[in-house]
Amino acid sequence: MLQWLIEPLTYGFMQRGLLAGLLVGTACAVLGAFVVLRGMAFVGDAIAHTVLPGVVIAFLNGVNLFVGALVAGIVTALGIGWFSKDREIQEDTAIGVMFSGFFALGIALLSQVRSYRDLTHILFGNILGISAADLWIMLAVTLTALLAVVLFYKELLVTSFDPGHAVAIGLSPGLVRYGLLVMLALVIVSGIQAVGVVMVAALLVTPAATASLLTRQLPRIMILGALFSLLATLTGLYASYYGGMPSGPTIVLTLTGMFVLAFLFAPGRGLVWR
Amino acid sequence: MASYLATYGRVHTARPLPGEAALCVEGLTFTYPSSSSPALQDVSLCVQPGEKVALVGPNGAGKSTLIKLVAGLLRPPADTIRVYGHPAGSCHHHIGYVPQRNDVDWRFPVTVRQVVMMGRYTHLGWLKWPRPIDREAVDRALEIMQLTELADKQISELSGGQQQRVMLARALAQDADLLLLDEPLNNLDVPTQEMIFHTLEQLAQQQRTVIVSTHDLGILPIHFSRAVFLDRRVVADGPVSEVLTAETLARAYGVRLCTDHDESGGESDASVAD
Repeated sequence: MLQWLIEPLTYGFMQRGLLAGLLVGTACAVLGAFVVLRGMAFVGDAIAHTVLPGVVIAFLNGVNLFVGALVAGIVTALGIGWFSKDREIQEDTAIGVMFSGFFALGIALLSQVRSYRDLTHILFGNILGISAADLWIMLAVTLTALLAVVLFYKELLVTSFDPGHAVAIGLSPGLVRYGLLVMLALVIVSGIQAVGVVMVAALLVTPAATASLLTRQLPRIMILGALFSLLATLTGLYASYYGGMPSGPTIVLTLTGMFVLAFLFAPGRGLVWR
Repeated sequence: MASYLATYGRVHTARPLPGEAALCVEGLTFTYPSSSSPALQDVSLCVQPGEKVALVGPNGAGKSTLIKLVAGLLRPPADTIRVYGHPAGSCHHHIGYVPQRNDVDWRFPVTVRQVVMMGRYTHLGWLKWPRPIDREAVDRALEIMQLTELADKQISELSGGQQQRVMLARALAQDADLLLLDEPLNNLDVPTQEMIFHTLEQLAQQQRTVIVSTHDLGILPIHFSRAVFLDRRVVADGPVSEVLTAETLARAYGVRLCTDHDESGGESDASVAD
């Protein structure tokens, strides 16, 4: 049994996959707690989809894919805020428009790429194909996200809980929100390599949502969420090593399963106790 | 946005000017961008330090709008609002604002102590952690509002009355000179109302200024010396007994008030009808 567990981890690509899951999972869980609690899940999904044209353009021009994705993610984050600034249109409408438009542009551009196979990794992820350079980027992204949350924790708290008080003391909730969206873009882009554009929102939303069913304390939601992500990454790695399953969907399915379990059986709050 | 960056946490150069009114509103007309008719029209009033003023009027009379303009949540026309001699928005730390219940996300996972500490943020600003002096202020405010035993509970676990006490404790911790409370008394039990009034009375005795908006007219005569009756314009302003006459009430609420001689009894709730 022990042998069965340890053997896959003797391979470099498996170790890198596991480390990637740990780094991306931690960053996603920490920011995901705010995404879930502030009702921003749709924004997260939108940013994930809108990075596609950035990635394809970067690929066509021989630029690092991460840079292309990051620029597109930040443009989306700022664009959503700009479109819905004057409340002429609702924010979720602005998101809906940008999200499908950018994704369509990405798919259209994708058809111009000859080596299509490389880019299927962007759509569905490939946690077993992560290079050492990717890991360094993920480490930098995760440290940046954690540092930002620690440094601006009190501003995140007050703008989430009572934006009116924030304005009254001279702190703009819009500014904090923009900052959070840019951080989201950063983290989502690094998560794409693990589970792909289509599923990265799951990494952001599902672990935090599961954790928020199990505890009412913000730091615990973050820590539990990171643990769930790590567990799901391990499951994905083993399923793909032993069962030949694609790792991305397996990770997301594991996370979804944990959410359903928590929804049904969470102590005192699950469906079966009510 | 730049102005917000400049004011949050860096506001202490603006001291109350001696001899100035706590709040002076002059010829204020305000129209929401989405609306064609003004929410407030030619409103003028001055409040001296140490006054305890009830802002009364029917729903939609502009009470919340006026409070939000003074607190800086809405942008007033230039030179219409002065707080301790300074233009509105330039001295955030002097203004303690308690928003209406619905403006706060009570489900967000923060502890009572964290919420009260938010009152200290204006004295801290970016990248600063609470100092011992801030923790002492929070402890004092918790004690005054009899919340010490609930300090480490999640805000979502408290009753409505307890939550309202937390908001007042936050305003106390802020050490504000001008307190703006928007409908703080809705649906509170009598002991909680009494505790809040007792605290407000003590604040007034320390030469702090309190403005409370309410559409509940039952408690007014006992607890306030001055009432401002607002219905887009200032309908009446003066001692409570002079402001709350049958005519102003009838005008504001559009119903005939029942007197003691009225035997029909059917409209006896007229004074609190919306």
